[in-house]
Amino acid sequence: MDIALVFQNWDFFLTGLINTVLLVAIALAIGFVLSVPLSLARAYRHPIWNPVVWAYTYFFRGTPLLVQLYLLYYGLSQFEAVRESIFWVVLKDAWWCALIAFVLNTTAYTTEILRGAIEATPWGEVEAAKAAGMSPWTRVRRVILPSTLRRALPAYGNEVIFMLHGSVVASTVTVIDILGAGRIVNAKYYVTYEGFISAAVLYAILVFGITRLFKYLERRYLAHLRPRESGAKAGGDTPMPAAPV
Amino acid sequence: MESVWEYRWNLLDGVFVTIEIAIASVLISVLLGLLGAWGKLSGARVPGAIAEVYTTVIRGVPDLVLMLIIFFGGQLILNDLGEVSGLWDYIEINPFVAGVMTIGFIFGAYMTETFRGAFISIPRGQIEAGVACGMSHALIFRRVIWPQLVRFALPSFTNNWLVLLKTTALVSVIGLQDLVYNANAGGKATREPFTFFFAVLMIYLLLTAISDWGLKRLERKYSAGVRRA
Repeated sequence: MDIALVFQNWDFFLTGLINTVLLVAIALAIGFVLSVPLSLARAYRHPIWNPVVWAYTYFFRGTPLLVQLYLLYYGLSQFEAVRESIFWVVLKDAWWCALIAFVLNTTAYTTEILRGAIEATPWGEVEAAKAAGMSPWTRVRRVILPSTLRRALPAYGNEVIFMLHGSVVASTVTVIDILGAGRIVNAKYYVTYEGFISAAVLYAILVFGITRLFKYLERRYLAHLRPRESGAKAGGDTPMPAAPV
Repeated sequence: MESVWEYRWNLLDGVFVTIEIAIASVLISVLLGLLGAWGKLSGARVPGAIAEVYTTVIRGVPDLVLMLIIFFGGQLILNDLGEVSGLWDYIEINPFVAGVMTIGFIFGAYMTETFRGAFISIPRGQIEAGVACGMSHALIFRRVIWPQLVRFALPSFTNNWLVLLKTTALVSVIGLQDLVYNANAGGKATREPFTFFFAVLMIYLLLTAISDWGLKRLERKYSAGVRRA
């Protein structure tokens, strides 16, 4: 394994890293914003939207992301109407197709994660909000969503990592993401390990960072769920150390 | 749609390859998962550390990257080893073996957590009661541990299986002629890629729906005797 080769081609890997991080971060951000209303429609059994959203999440959670991306990138060109529409500028581009596929995919998963968390809201909290005279919308905004987002945090952390893992399929449609950069380096110098191993290391570093971030977020926002340590001052404003795992 | 119908035997061949890969790799992953869970629970230092490294690496590296490393890199290592030791000549890893090994290896890590979680859900007292009754280790495993291990592991196993089934689509990237590969070829030949990929998505939905139904039945069987609210 020739490490010098990897450092000589650092610009490829930087491009790859930027593309991967951008694709995943933008997809997660859009997906999160979209999934809040969709999950409310599911949890509150909206007569029209609940079945529609159910069908949507069932379809995108039950099929491989790779094929969803192929359907968008290779498939849409089958229709002349698409090729002649104004959207073709976006849809013929692999990067945008990957982004659209990732958004559709992560929205489906996040919607179901949030739905589960909404449905797990302790009924007492809702009753208390009603007793305090909150309107249904205020209840959702002030009581249900804050506790839902906390409860969804661990599952959402997993979804972020799975989205990062899933994003490698972008390299199969010519996007230069981290794996794509590895493939280019391999092809350019006719080597096998250098590109793939460097890609693996970069992904592992990202996953490690995400895991640390969510550990921190959980410690901060789920502090009230941690077992109280004996001898710790109750109600003190100093943060308690993390519970032993 | 007629073009898909024309290629039906081709696609069906692909479906069989997909199912074969999924079943072969789930068997490997269950074996590795049981081993890994044993490593983590045994309290022994070396197996515990190996299992820990194993699950951490798998969580850190995406499946396709691992598959490419094993498919291309594994071949090089094997041939280098053959040259050095003189035991074998040039061998080519076939994509089926590489795909099954990789997917089995990846999901072995997830199965490790499945089985570890299931095992610690079995009340200790029941195992102690078995010892007190004079049961042998094997008998305790067969009568007390295994039925409950299956019961507690099934929901998570179902989840892993559904993800695994979808992951098999990646083997088309290393040239294995599974459902996705054949559909891609058909779509190119007929210039109707959308129709073909849509058919593939529907077939995957059907496969996941069938396995979900079957595993739910199994879950009910192994949960006989559990009182539900």
